[in-house]
Amino acid sequence: MSNVLELVNVRKSFDTELVLNNLSLSVPDHTATVLIGASGSGKSTLLRCINLLETIDDGQIFLDGKEISDPLINVDEIRRNLGMVFQSFNLFPHKTVIENITLSPIKVHGKSKDEANSHALALLKRFDLSDKADQYPDRLSGGQQQRVAIIRSLAVNPRLLLLDEVTSALDPVLVNEVLSSVRDLKLDGMTMVLATHEMGFATQVADEVCFLESGSIVERGTPEQVLRNPVNPKTQEFLKRVHQAGRL
Amino acid sequence: MTSPGWEIFKATFFDLGYGVEVFPTVIKGLWINLQLTFIGGAAIGVIALGLALMRTTKSPALTPFRFLATAYVDIFRGAPLILIILLVGFGVPALGLSGIPSNVIFLGTVAVVLTYSAYVAEVIRSGILSIHPSQRAAARSLGLTSGQTMRFVVLPQAIRRVVPPLLNDFVSLLKDTGLVSILGVTDAVRAAQINASRTFNYTPYVVAAILFLLITIPMTRYTDRAIRQRTNAQNSEGAI
Repeated sequence: MSNVLELVNVRKSFDTELVLNNLSLSVPDHTATVLIGASGSGKSTLLRCINLLETIDDGQIFLDGKEISDPLINVDEIRRNLGMVFQSFNLFPHKTVIENITLSPIKVHGKSKDEANSHALALLKRFDLSDKADQYPDRLSGGQQQRVAIIRSLAVNPRLLLLDEVTSALDPVLVNEVLSSVRDLKLDGMTMVLATHEMGFATQVADEVCFLESGSIVERGTPEQVLRNPVNPKTQEFLKRVHQAGRL
Repeated sequence: MTSPGWEIFKATFFDLGYGVEVFPTVIKGLWINLQLTFIGGAAIGVIALGLALMRTTKSPALTPFRFLATAYVDIFRGAPLILIILLVGFGVPALGLSGIPSNVIFLGTVAVVLTYSAYVAEVIRSGILSIHPSQRAAARSLGLTSGQTMRFVVLPQAIRRVVPPLLNDFVSLLKDTGLVSILGVTDAVRAAQINASRTFNYTPYVVAAILFLLITIPMTRYTDRAIRQRTNAQNSEGAI
């Protein structure tokens, strides 16, 4: 299996604060890597660095073997192959659901409006949102908005999907509809990197779980290893706290 | 109405017959105001947008433009409009440059455009800055270039947010076009003044004021309605 994504000794700091410390990661094709860790451990920054929304200070990032951390690279071209879903959905409020989904296919990928629309409608149908195509995002529930955001990132057939705590802004009832959508993507063989606080969900979709602490991956392995039988005391402590909070 | 001067006041300010008589000259002047407003307004829109984009750019390559735009806004927002009109209106013809019209209407419009572009640029800039960075991040993560992000995601939301202050500027633009009369242009206010100083009857001023209100009030109401309709369509809480 080839690696879709490869991070080698990535370092990133904001001013004097080191947020990613010599972090290395490999994501093989059709697998899901789940990042867990406390808030501020670097999960979101890591995803933003992969998407080139942040520049790294040191190290290398490869996408399908091509170095994308090269400062001279055309970032827009790289991002065309990456999908990203945010914690706060970030749908465009002035555009309808279908306009949100077709913006990139039409303007970035040069698809015709008809082609983009029919692809978008097919995706909406698949995620049971056909009747929302012409609604504005604010008329949708949080779960529906997040599913639209997922569809929006899928509409460009990304090589890799990055999901940044996609359920953290949702109430427990709505969490499930979004998680089940992500689970479907996993079954389709989509390669994903996810940051999440939902440990049960992590167990279901992850091929590899990485526990981040202060910008480093301190423990990694299968969900069984990391979530059930952690060896690192920091992982044990984190999972204990999660368990106490009733999230495991 | 029981005041001792009421009868004289009524005769001097609300003389219906005289009002009808001066109406054609005042409305002819108002046509000048309207032309200045719409032609100037279009130019202001374009220049102000350019200035706002330059001031909000983060690209290091465009830093000199950012400084220039900032200096422009500082100067033209800081100097009184009437001074700019006088400087442009009398200064440019004195330069004797060929190819530049010395028509006072043209020069007056240029002066108004110079000043108002600075104001409107700041309004548009505040709109751009009010859009949350996450909108930009979402657009860029979809592969849109920074230009596309500005055009399709940031500006449409930013402009919509600043419609009320923009309308405010548009109304004051319509009124401030009257200032070009100091260069000798006969706009509505000037036409009223000429009539009033001839007869010492001030009804023409009232006629001019009513004509201005007849334009500005419907314009305000229309914009309010447009904003409300848009808000209701986009927000579920539109009624609150």
